Amino acid sequence: MLGFLTRRVLSAVVLVFVIASVTFGLLQLTGGNPARSIVGQNATAQQEAQKAAELGLDRPLLTQYLDWVAGLLRGDLGTSWFTGQPVSATLADALPVTMSIVLAGLLLSAVVSVLLGVAAAVRGGWLDRVLQVVSVLGFAVPSFLVALVLALFVAVRWGLLPATGYTSLTEDPAGWLRTITLPALALAVGAIAATAQQVRGSMLDVLRRDYVRTLRARGLADRSILFRHALRNAAPPALTVLSLQFIGLIGGAVVVEKVFGLSGIGTAALSTAAQGDQPVVLGIVVVTVVLIAAVNVLMDLAHGWLNPKVRV
Amino acid sequence: MTVPTPDGNTGATSGPATGPAVDEPATVEPGTPVRAGLLRRVLKNPTAVACLVVIGLLVLVAVLAPWLTSQDPARSSVADALAAPGGDHPLGTDGVGRDVLARLLHGTRTSLVGAAIATGVALLVGVPAGLVAGYFRGWFDALSSWVANLLMAVPAIIVLLVVLSVVGQSTYLAMAVFGFLLSPGVYRLIRASVTAVREELYVDAARVSGLSDARIIRRHILPVVAAPSIIQAAQMLGVGIIIQSGLEFLGLGSASQPSWGSMLSDAFQNIYLSALLLLWPGAALALAVIAFALLGNALRDAVENAEKPRRSKATAAAAAATDARDSAADPRPPSVPLGQLAGDEVLVVRDLRVRYPRQDGSNSTVVDGVDLAVRRGEVLGLVGESGSGKSQTAFSVLGLLPPEASVEAATMTFGGQDLTAMSAGQRNELRGRRIGYIPQEPMSNLDPSFTIGYQLVEPVRRHLGLSKAAAKEKALALLARVGIPDPQRVFDAYPHEVSGGMAQRVLIAGAVSCEPDLLIADEPTTALDVTVQAEVLDLIRSLQEERDMAVLLVTHDFGVVADLCDQVAVMQTGRIVEAAPVHVLFAEPSHEYTRMLLDSTLEDAAPRPPLRTRAQAPATAQEVQA
Repeated sequence: MLGFLTRRVLSAVVLVFVIASVTFGLLQLTGGNPARSIVGQNATAQQEAQKAAELGLDRPLLTQYLDWVAGLLRGDLGTSWFTGQPVSATLADALPVTMSIVLAGLLLSAVVSVLLGVAAAVRGGWLDRVLQVVSVLGFAVPSFLVALVLALFVAVRWGLLPATGYTSLTEDPAGWLRTITLPALALAVGAIAATAQQVRGSMLDVLRRDYVRTLRARGLADRSILFRHALRNAAPPALTVLSLQFIGLIGGAVVVEKVFGLSGIGTAALSTAAQGDQPVVLGIVVVTVVLIAAVNVLMDLAHGWLNPKVRV
Repeated sequence: MTVPTPDGNTGATSGPATGPAVDEPATVEPGTPVRAGLLRRVLKNPTAVACLVVIGLLVLVAVLAPWLTSQDPARSSVADALAAPGGDHPLGTDGVGRDVLARLLHGTRTSLVGAAIATGVALLVGVPAGLVAGYFRGWFDALSSWVANLLMAVPAIIVLLVVLSVVGQSTYLAMAVFGFLLSPGVYRLIRASVTAVREELYVDAARVSGLSDARIIRRHILPVVAAPSIIQAAQMLGVGIIIQSGLEFLGLGSASQPSWGSMLSDAFQNIYLSALLLLWPGAALALAVIAFALLGNALRDAVENAEKPRRSKATAAAAAATDARDSAADPRPPSVPLGQLAGDEVLVVRDLRVRYPRQDGSNSTVVDGVDLAVRRGEVLGLVGESGSGKSQTAFSVLGLLPPEASVEAATMTFGGQDLTAMSAGQRNELRGRRIGYIPQEPMSNLDPSFTIGYQLVEPVRRHLGLSKAAAKEKALALLARVGIPDPQRVFDAYPHEVSGGMAQRVLIAGAVSCEPDLLIADEPTTALDVTVQAEVLDLIRSLQEERDMAVLLVTHDFGVVADLCDQVAVMQTGRIVEAAPVHVLFAEPSHEYTRMLLDSTLEDAAPRPPLRTRAQAPATAQEVQA
């Protein structure tokens, strides 16, 4: 298990490194002159050169790259070209917002998917048809459209929940819950569609297995057979889909943040990418990929926990 | 927007998916004209036709947009901002006074072209790469699979943000990049299809007969890859529309191009003033994506139905075996009725019938009026070929037939209680507690995710209300009783860590753990090695004697019958054709079928007579029947 885990962590590190490097390379293709765009069109050539020197942009590209990698290894993501703020500070402000809605969305989709998928697999009939319809709708209606509709009715028309803004969890837990509910809900719809369908499929598969019949023959309660035994055996493929959904949710957060006026990673990515603030963009890409890699490793651990054959 | 990952999107729309759907490509027989056959089947599906009509209309709108409205989608006039529907503007105007209808119609063009670009790029990159990787393997396969995994681990929209910041805002270029990000999904699908078909005998044969790789790919591989590619393409078109509108909503598209996404963005800015603006682009977007998604599903169904024509389940074999007798003119005698009861019967069944619905609405009868009784301390062998209905009979007593089975019986009593009158909950209380069950295949009947100890302790605690410690003690004692040398080790082990014979002992321990009155054993030794078989039979016999249990033993093996049984009932095509005490049946089998079964049992059989030619051979039972 330890060897397995080490391999997975190593491959996660490689993933982060490769994607960070490719992004670094990609951003160099921008052309133009970053120093010029920072100091503005009216600045003198001397001011521009000074700025370039200050940011280290006058050095050879390879040096810049190695410097950046060295910083990355120390956990130093550099400073913003435009605000002079450390990138880590920007991320520290934005990350909790995005993680709040993404993790809440993920939790919500996990719970609803399991209930819906198990119910559809066990009951069949109209419940199953409802799931099929929900799946197609959840797949077809983009989450920002859901977000817009939720914002329009729940927030603007009925005034049940705030339409914009974010309250931090430490400041006011109840307020936090109120501000993240609609964004998390909007994000979850698509993930629920995909995951519930998978839960249904693997539950149907597991419920046909011999050992489930034997468990029934032992007179166990339906609840135990369904939720303890069958669900546990059906969980690994559903977990895989859920971990893919995590990637989707991070992407979806970019748009949902805009609808609900949240200043999370997506908003930061949008504004800094437009500006050409390379250190911040790179920092965001690195953090996003690290998160995804971490979720993948967690999923591997969960697989190991769920499936004793992997545990060895 | 939830950015559907290239892999995730197929999972979202697949029907009963059993894994990431990409890993199970739809394979089609080679050489069948996939496209023609697929099209014909799809046209029979009303949903698919409706989707095609919607998509056709959208394409028409996209092409004819300039002629459908005289308004210029880009011309804004602040004076007309947020005008109500009517007059020159049938759907009103947006926040800067542009005509909503014109923007909607022209936006269709942007959406469809963008989605087509993304899909085209994904197919152009994914299909060749998948073909080469799946067919030639080697370093290219390793490299491209690595890249595909890498690409699938990045959120598409973040990559697009970075790329757009580099290349400037261009909707179509963004869609081309997005197509590249979708290509790993296509790649994996095609690679899996090719890998599967590559191992097929006919491809091997083609290779051996010296056909060139190019020819094999064209003749044998491409037809297989066509169907999954078309399905995937339909789904990617939907995803493409979603992503594109998302980018435009964020303001990342070409500003001059009218699009649904930018309309939504405008509607969002005016959400307090004119909520109606959300409706049109939202509805158009949902309609288009649903049409593509449902079309993809319909295509998938069409391909999968072609693949496996009509195969219901294991019961199909049993049903087939009994088809003949469903006709009214059934010449065979009815099932052997039950004689005089002794009074100490644990189980009495009269006129048991089990039916399954067929696809055409009629029923197939797999158990047809069976009578049987088992007395306390007696072992009844239920013998017959597979498909004779013996297992179905056993599972009717347990109440464990699938829900679609219809079970009827004139009498079905257990220990004097009427099983037919019991609720599902009451039947469940009997199972495990008073009726034990030993399955056929030991390894597939233990839950692979739980330790053996847990699986023994759980029912004991539920039925006998023991404490955790007491239940564990009982389980260890049971494991020792069924002849397991190191009970603690097996108690802590997972099913995959023990041998088949060991697992069967565990299952026997589980079956008798609550000291049942009746033990139902379904071919308990069939899956075991010959040496283990004898030990397991000894174990069942000794447990039966020790606890004075009634046993209903389902088997096809007269050797097992001779070892264990007191009474025998022989089943054929759903009926009992002969029932007798075991020594009587062995000494003078009265039914033709019994004699045939006895003859086919090698063990304890007399040496075979010299080989005779078929012409001289006496008719076998099947021939008599026919």
